[in-house]
Amino acid sequence: MACIEARGLRKAFGANVALDGLDLRVEEGRILGLIGPNGAGKTTALNAILGLTPYQGELKVLGRDPWRERNQLMRDVCFIADVAVLPRWIRVSHLLDFVGGVHPRFDRAKAEGFLDRTSIRQGSKVKDLSKGMVAQLHLALVMAIDARLLVLDEPTLGLDILYRKQFYDSLLTDYFDRSRSIVVTTHQVEEIEHVLTDLMFINRGRVVLECSMEEFESRYAELTVKPEHAAAARALKPMHERQVFGRSILLFDGVARSKLAALGEVRTPSIADLFVAVMGNQAGQAQGAAQ
Amino acid sequence: MNTQANPMPQSPVDSRESAPAVMRPMRPMYWSIRREFWEYRVIYLAPLAIAGMVLFGFMVSTLTLPYRMRTFDPEQLRATMLQPYQLGATLILGSAFVIGIFYCLDALHGERRDRSILFWKSLPVSDFTTVFAKACIAGAVLPMLGLVITIATLLIMLLLNSVVLLVNGLSVGPLWEQVPVLRISLILFYHFLTAHMLWYAPFYGWMLLVSGWAKRVAFLWAALPPFAICVVEKFAFKTSHFANLLLYRLNGPQNFDLTTAHGNQVIPLTQLALLKFLSTPGLWTGLALAAVFLFAAAWQRRYRGPI
Repeated sequence: MACIEARGLRKAFGANVALDGLDLRVEEGRILGLIGPNGAGKTTALNAILGLTPYQGELKVLGRDPWRERNQLMRDVCFIADVAVLPRWIRVSHLLDFVGGVHPRFDRAKAEGFLDRTSIRQGSKVKDLSKGMVAQLHLALVMAIDARLLVLDEPTLGLDILYRKQFYDSLLTDYFDRSRSIVVTTHQVEEIEHVLTDLMFINRGRVVLECSMEEFESRYAELTVKPEHAAAARALKPMHERQVFGRSILLFDGVARSKLAALGEVRTPSIADLFVAVMGNQAGQAQGAAQ
Repeated sequence: MNTQANPMPQSPVDSRESAPAVMRPMRPMYWSIRREFWEYRVIYLAPLAIAGMVLFGFMVSTLTLPYRMRTFDPEQLRATMLQPYQLGATLILGSAFVIGIFYCLDALHGERRDRSILFWKSLPVSDFTTVFAKACIAGAVLPMLGLVITIATLLIMLLLNSVVLLVNGLSVGPLWEQVPVLRISLILFYHFLTAHMLWYAPFYGWMLLVSGWAKRVAFLWAALPPFAICVVEKFAFKTSHFANLLLYRLNGPQNFDLTTAHGNQVIPLTQLALLKFLSTPGLWTGLALAAVFLFAAAWQRRYRGPI
């Protein structure tokens, strides 16, 4: 059974279409990075998956309709929507009490174990913790819940690099296993690159690119072309070209690396580079259509 | 290249099956109510503070009691002896009522303002449980706390009074006769049950609904629509049915109020008064209205996110 299955997901706020027929499928045991520019519909898509907003179209999360069966779904789904949503007035120990009291799958000892590795004390109130510590605390809570799907919406926004790195490291080493699924959105694409198993770009409420990371590596290649081969390289129809220090860097989709190797230096592009290429093309097309 | 090859020691599928999948249904309710005490400590601190002030003022006034007992005639004495008890009870219960209003208006608003609604909604606690827990605080826990604190305060007052009298070699008989704490407690309990819990329920429901709905100034949104209806009705039809209806509700349950019973006379049988109260149509329409408001508050919380 797919963990998340969406077909033709639509959601409009007045005239503003946030989701325009989104198709999405996440299998069990995957870590999907949902990446898109601001206003692309990422948060709306996640809210629909979490049953926080009504939608049109077909959507099943762990076999349930998230809007209608939200209460049951929340036993198996966890989410961190944004940084610092923990109530500021609560004491850490009370937070553990509460989650332990209402969540049948919460393992308090595990959460305390995670907290012991940080400098968060149980007597502290959330408002006395730094932003990074609040994120650590929230992650400790979430990781101690034996959920089947974890949704993270910009969970590290505004944190410094140490906290960000630690956040994803502990997620991988202490939490993730093959029976769980994670969906994550972030603007700090470079940092989650090594974490993901699947990648999806969305823009204007639609999926513009979807592939597994294995596919990503075999499909996309970045060529720093030697000046004398520039024309030959361009003949292979790169999807994007940019200039760095006077040298042309071309991004290819589905061109054999052996072919490219003769023309210059070949690398696997970063997700950020591919993102810029795909979104840049989209913007170009939109402008073309407008003219 | 992916580093997810860190399988958990035991298969999580197995551990999941062994984990209790269902909880006792009252547990989320219980914890939701406890949670309110952590967030709104004013719920118990304010009545306690008022009780403390009442006790302090009373202690000062007892110093002159022996003098009054010697010089006042019995009728005067009765009035001056009973008065602080009545005033103290009114103050503490009144403070609990006022706190209830402010609590209701903030209860579903605060979580949106500080964005914590996103956290609460990530837990398996239904919107109805959350709303109902808050309604319980306003309609039952808070008045009950007020009641318990009041009765405790009255007992302490009586004790203080007695000590002062005994020390001055006076008899405590008249005092205990004039200030029947047990009977007052019964009256207060009856008042709590009829007025605060049942009769005012639609007010709590309405304020909770508004607090979840209004983006700001929840107090104004709660007060303005009823006021507007009154004004429009007055100008359009020259009547004030709605205003009368509000006043009828605000005045509390009428014609079976035990608190009107005075002095040494035997109070009307509680049972009789209670039956009369339960057969008032106004009680049941009020409760139905409260239920509608609470369901509406729970329903709209589903659509609500941070402000």
